[in-house]
Amino acid sequence: MATAQTIEFHDPASRVAAGAKSLMPEIVPASAPSTGGDDGELHGEKMILNMGPSHPSTHGVLRIILELDGEIITKATPDVGYLHRGDEKIAENMTYTQFIPYTDRLDYLAPLANNVAYALAVEKLMGIDQQLPPRCQYIRVICCEMARVSAHLLGLGAFAMDIGALTVFLHTFTEREKIYSLIERLTGARFTTSYTRIGGLSRDLPPGWADALRKFCDEVEVNFAESETLLTRNRIFVDRTRNVGIISRADAIDYGLTGPNLRGSGVDYDVRKAHPYLVYGELDFEVPVGSVGDSYDRYLVRMGEMRQSVRLIRQCLDQLPGGDDNDAMEPINVPDGKVVLPAKDKVMTSMEELIHQFMLVTQGVNAPPGEIYFGAENPKGELGFYINSRGGGTPYRLKIRAPSFCNLSILPHVLPGHMMSDAVSILGSIDFVMGECDR
Amino acid sequence: MPTTTELGYNSKIEGDVVVTRVDAAINWCRKQSLWPMPMGLACCAIELMAAGASKFDISRFGSEVMRFSPRQSDVMIVAGTVTYKMALAVRRIYDQMPEPKWVIAMGACASTGGMYRSYAVLQGVDQIIPVDVYVAGCPPRPEALLDALIKLQNKIQKEPVLAA
Amino acid sequence: MAAAELANQLQAKFSDVLSGPAEFRGEVTLKLADPERIAEVCEFAKKSLSYDMLLDITSIDNYGEDPRWTLVYELYGTGHGCHLRLKTEVSEEKSELPTVTGVWRGADWHEREIYDMMGVRFRGHPDLRRILMWDGYPYFPLRKDFPLAGKPTDLPDVAFTKSAPQEGGPFVTVAGGKDSMAREPRVRVPEN
Repeated sequence: MATAQTIEFHDPASRVAAGAKSLMPEIVPASAPSTGGDDGELHGEKMILNMGPSHPSTHGVLRIILELDGEIITKATPDVGYLHRGDEKIAENMTYTQFIPYTDRLDYLAPLANNVAYALAVEKLMGIDQQLPPRCQYIRVICCEMARVSAHLLGLGAFAMDIGALTVFLHTFTEREKIYSLIERLTGARFTTSYTRIGGLSRDLPPGWADALRKFCDEVEVNFAESETLLTRNRIFVDRTRNVGIISRADAIDYGLTGPNLRGSGVDYDVRKAHPYLVYGELDFEVPVGSVGDSYDRYLVRMGEMRQSVRLIRQCLDQLPGGDDNDAMEPINVPDGKVVLPAKDKVMTSMEELIHQFMLVTQGVNAPPGEIYFGAENPKGELGFYINSRGGGTPYRLKIRAPSFCNLSILPHVLPGHMMSDAVSILGSIDFVMGECDR
Repeated sequence: MPTTTELGYNSKIEGDVVVTRVDAAINWCRKQSLWPMPMGLACCAIELMAAGASKFDISRFGSEVMRFSPRQSDVMIVAGTVTYKMALAVRRIYDQMPEPKWVIAMGACASTGGMYRSYAVLQGVDQIIPVDVYVAGCPPRPEALLDALIKLQNKIQKEPVLAA
Repeated sequence: MAAAELANQLQAKFSDVLSGPAEFRGEVTLKLADPERIAEVCEFAKKSLSYDMLLDITSIDNYGEDPRWTLVYELYGTGHGCHLRLKTEVSEEKSELPTVTGVWRGADWHEREIYDMMGVRFRGHPDLRRILMWDGYPYFPLRKDFPLAGKPTDLPDVAFTKSAPQEGGPFVTVAGGKDSMAREPRVRVPEN
């Protein structure tokens, strides 16, 4: 390479001020219009623009009421709740195992990660999280990381599509289709998997699956390189995302942001490293952290995380106890008949297993009274489950701490001062999912 | 005796000239270019996007233009859970679509409320708009959606357009 | 345990209202007897003990007990990596306590959600209105005496609701049933 290309980036607000000065010199106010908010002088009327709830940014049903002064946003009020389905009240009316399909549909881009987080939360309540067999833990890590790759691929594809780069969307969707085929072989459904159970997994790896996953890891890295060539040094993409949507470190922590949004702002907090769960403590991976906190940093953090996920998947496949086909018959469930459904042939022939099966299916696992909070590192941030149990098979109160809910609360703070078209870039880079936000 | 809406065209006999009923011709044009208005609300929207992506290409069936403008679309695909808060917005968007228009209710939540029997979920989008095709599944595979589109196309072919 | 030490420091500062710390499954919980001082306690926790992130605020409806509302605050410090849980109870007649948005701005939406779902008000909140349901919805859905199926309402041009068909259900076990007989699944009616 002869010389590296320098990319100039322009602060959008100063660009607008320069444009206003050149076009209408007599109306230029004393203070720059980029400060946002009312500085006492009205430069004409402000327009109220309603963005959503049905809008093409394919991020779900979010409604933002924008107050615009020309092209600059002066006030933004998000209106959420258009996908509020009543999950928490439903949880009070079913057993822990019956609630697993509802967890799939929270962050519906990464259902396996939600399943794992919920199963770990209930297992923490029961006190059996240290008894999970190692094979089960490794498979759960593989599931989480596959979900992370899948969610980030779609997040980046949708983000690029909103900016205008339609090709990237189709590329990432091709890779996601490969993930769907793998997940379908493993769990039976393309997404909305309901794969984990309290105390283990629903089924073991099918034969030949691990090899297919290794092959996929090689292919997806080629795809990462392709997407990077299309986006990372692309003048238009960088112009639209550099210095747009800057979230400072203090703001990010104050508003409760987690995940790539927090790490893009320079805070090195990843639940997998801070409070390792499953076997993350034994695996070797890095956590990309940004510096400026703009949309470009969040994009780079997500690209880096995908690469680290592939690295983690490869390590897990190499270290999987029992190997690819589990010839040694390593267990994948906690060996406790009161938690995990016993084998069907025993149920049909033996009294004790029959009773366990009956109790587990009708009454659910018998959780002790108490309360726990468990947060897992989901692709969107920290998905937390607060379970308050008074004993028995149903929770008394289940609260889902959704990362997208907290990530979206920063919008009224970040959007003002930016231009209308930057709003789309900021929304895409925050990468939220309404199913999770509204529950 | 063939109905008024069958195409009845045999290229060996008629060559390059097609002689048919107006109903059949109009319906054929309509069904082969159904522009969807994707009302993508929840998880089914992801399968809708997958149906539009390269592997299950929906543009083979004429539905490539998935623009979010109701004024320029023919069929509204309600993909996802319709909550009571969202219901009137869906109704308003349906009203903005010009005739002729059709609706595909994709997934269990749009058809009947799905597994969300709660205080906030509309139990089926057919309570507020008339639905032509229901697709079962949670979420339905993209192939199921394409099957529903083909069923809708067959339904459109049989519609009497000019006859009373 | 670092978390237990920090909790002890907090408890020592406010020993007249804080009791605990209790430990369960490795987590530390402090109980605040006077909900009016929640903002003060949180301010100290943030400024002096560097619990700089508020992870979550949860509300629990103890139907049939007095005080009826329990509020649970999950705190976390990104510097020291310790969690802390603060619990406080509010009676039904009062149904109000001070806001903590002055301490963490992220509490804004959490408190709006609690107001929307449970009906607990927060004094001093900048914009306390419903967030998940629409303005004008007359009920508080997460209360135990509100049925899962919902109640019919109608707000013209905004939204309407109907009661979802439950087919005789929901059939559910009783949380906290004393023995397995009490925990057999039965039809659950709202507690009223």
